[in-house]
Amino acid sequence: MSEEHRGIWVFAEVIDGAIAGVSLELLGAGRELADKLDVPLAGVLLGENITHLSEQLIPYGADEVYIIDDPVLKDYRTEPFLAGMGKLARMYVPEIILYGATPNGKDIASAIATDLKTGLTADCTMLGVDIENRLLEASRPAFGGNIMATILCKKHRPQMATVRPKVMKALQPDPARKGMVLKEKLEMKEAEIRTKVLEIIKGPGKSVDLEGADVIVCGGKGMGDEQAFQLIHQLADTIGASVGGTRDAVEARWISHDHQVGQTGETVTPKIYFAIGVSGAIQHTVGMKNSELIIAINKDPDAPIFDVATYGIVGDARETVPVMIKAFEELLRENEVISHA
Amino acid sequence: MHIVVCVKQVPDTKVIKINPKTNTLDRRGVPSIINPYDAHAVQEAVHLKRQHGGKVSVLSMGPPQATAVIKKSIEIGADEGYLISDRAFAGADTLATSYALTKALEKISKTSPIDMVFCGKHAIDGDTGQVGPGIAKRLDIPPITNISAITKVTKDYVELQRKLQDGYAHIRSTLPCLITIEKEINEIEYAPFPNMLKAVNYQPVVWSIDHLEDVDRKQLGLKGSPTVVGKMFAPPKQEGGHRLEGTPEEQVVQLVEVLKEKQYLFHFNKG
Ligand SMILES: Cc1cc2nc3c(=O)[nH]c(=O)nc-3n(C[C@H](O)[C@H](O)[C@H](O)COP(=O)(O)OP(=O)(O)OC[C@H]3O[C@@H](n4cnc5c(N)ncnc54)[C@H](O)[C@@H]3O)c2cc1C
Repeated sequence: MSEEHRGIWVFAEVIDGAIAGVSLELLGAGRELADKLDVPLAGVLLGENITHLSEQLIPYGADEVYIIDDPVLKDYRTEPFLAGMGKLARMYVPEIILYGATPNGKDIASAIATDLKTGLTADCTMLGVDIENRLLEASRPAFGGNIMATILCKKHRPQMATVRPKVMKALQPDPARKGMVLKEKLEMKEAEIRTKVLEIIKGPGKSVDLEGADVIVCGGKGMGDEQAFQLIHQLADTIGASVGGTRDAVEARWISHDHQVGQTGETVTPKIYFAIGVSGAIQHTVGMKNSELIIAINKDPDAPIFDVATYGIVGDARETVPVMIKAFEELLRENEVISHA
Repeated sequence: MHIVVCVKQVPDTKVIKINPKTNTLDRRGVPSIINPYDAHAVQEAVHLKRQHGGKVSVLSMGPPQATAVIKKSIEIGADEGYLISDRAFAGADTLATSYALTKALEKISKTSPIDMVFCGKHAIDGDTGQVGPGIAKRLDIPPITNISAITKVTKDYVELQRKLQDGYAHIRSTLPCLITIEKEINEIEYAPFPNMLKAVNYQPVVWSIDHLEDVDRKQLGLKGSPTVVGKMFAPPKQEGGHRLEGTPEEQVVQLVEVLKEKQYLFHFNKG
């Protein structure tokens, strides 16, 4: 480690020709850290024909954009991306690099950490900084409890973390913001690269769209059995919501893993989130606590889910949900009458 | 074809219960299991061996009890197992873990060259997924993560289906390479009886640090781990909610009223 390491970088992931949402969120989080440490915030942009995307990064908080625009970087592959990031990191020596905890973000971060022999914290949900010691405080739910752990990398630079999508907030873009663009080259020939992308097939990788849902009804182990879990589907059908499940509901095979919300499932931010028979363990709540309105039904008045819920109903879900379904059905019928009148 | 699968022993998080009142972990009677993703990786290697011949080895790092996950791999159909076990490995983070495993892989490949290294997508106790790509970097072979299907295998290259956020990439890689395995790649088969018998008495090759070559001790275990746990803290309390009161019917009526008032019903039935 040396005094030379300065500045905070965000790996700007490109998906379908645009900057990934999580990268914009990280610029928001990175801006705060950069201001505290009084250093510039940079976006790092690798790809083919992506130079114009720097215009998307600066309004969201970047002071600098490092670019390598090269045909070998067309689709993500570890080797050329590692070569590119590794080269930039060695030339410009940042003190912190943040990556989205996406398949590609995690892949590149792991490779770079080994290349630069530095520490990497996975799947963070909170970021802070110890200004005096210039330490990144990367926090994540700890294995083994309803508890968070802050991971530090004291002696190695850069300090690195992957961060869950949708837990940080992007800034309002400011089109007037100015920034500096720096282009570098990658001396790597296609023939040197041992992997080829033959084809990319979009969708239906995910059959369940939880991320885009406005309303989610999530059922937990408290539903009791598979049959009662059908109430979750019925409620969701009634109001046009997507269905989510806790890991315990998934393990019980009441619902498939692609519906799982939480640390090892999806992070979601719908307008309305129903948590029904869900205890509210930290590994679950990190995936849903930024929902706009949270409605919890639990028979235990002390269940931790009530700490994150906007409205809490203490009671037996198997009794309450049918009442709810009926009430919403009536309501939607009324509304229809009104809107058609 | 020689495939080496890295397997880890983990606590069965399925049965770990967190006491929500005290925030503590109930460790009583929590069994140790093979990391589920690693079991799928062993199964996949065994499939490939059936089709293309060759040998499946498994490698684990851990205390002597980790022999159990090697036995489990033998049940699934692995041919041989290696356990690296030494105090010097303890407390390793992902960087130090990938270093130790790489040293063992180098030793294995001296007598029996490796065509592919398989790892699970991640371990269910740490969820990092960082060790696989770390090993690949150290061995200087390409890593391809999140593999949901192996579609073609020749003696020079493999074709793989890599899971992305919203779809798949079809990838060709030269051999040797390292891949990390998704659960959906296969179903774990019932272990054939002869494998179970073999597993019962199976003893893996056990290596301590002195068996490995060219080892820089500073890169191992706690000493070789750049990350440390700073503090542990209770998750920040949200402002918390408004409790509704009364019978289920009364509570639902109140809820409907608030939703109406706040115009949240808009979001219903949008499809
Ligand atoms: C490494 C790791 C990763 C994890 N990742 C995730 C993840 O991604 N997502 C996730 O959800 N979990 C995850 N977990 C598990 C998490 O810690 C909890 O165990 C899990 O969320 C609990 O699920 P649950 O709320 O459905 O079940 P429980 O904790 O069993 O809670 C059931 C709740 O239902 C209530 N209840 C019971 N009967 C009724 C009834 N009739 N009416 C109303 N309420 C009732 C009970 O009071 C209780 O609060 C992870 C754990 C670990 C260790």
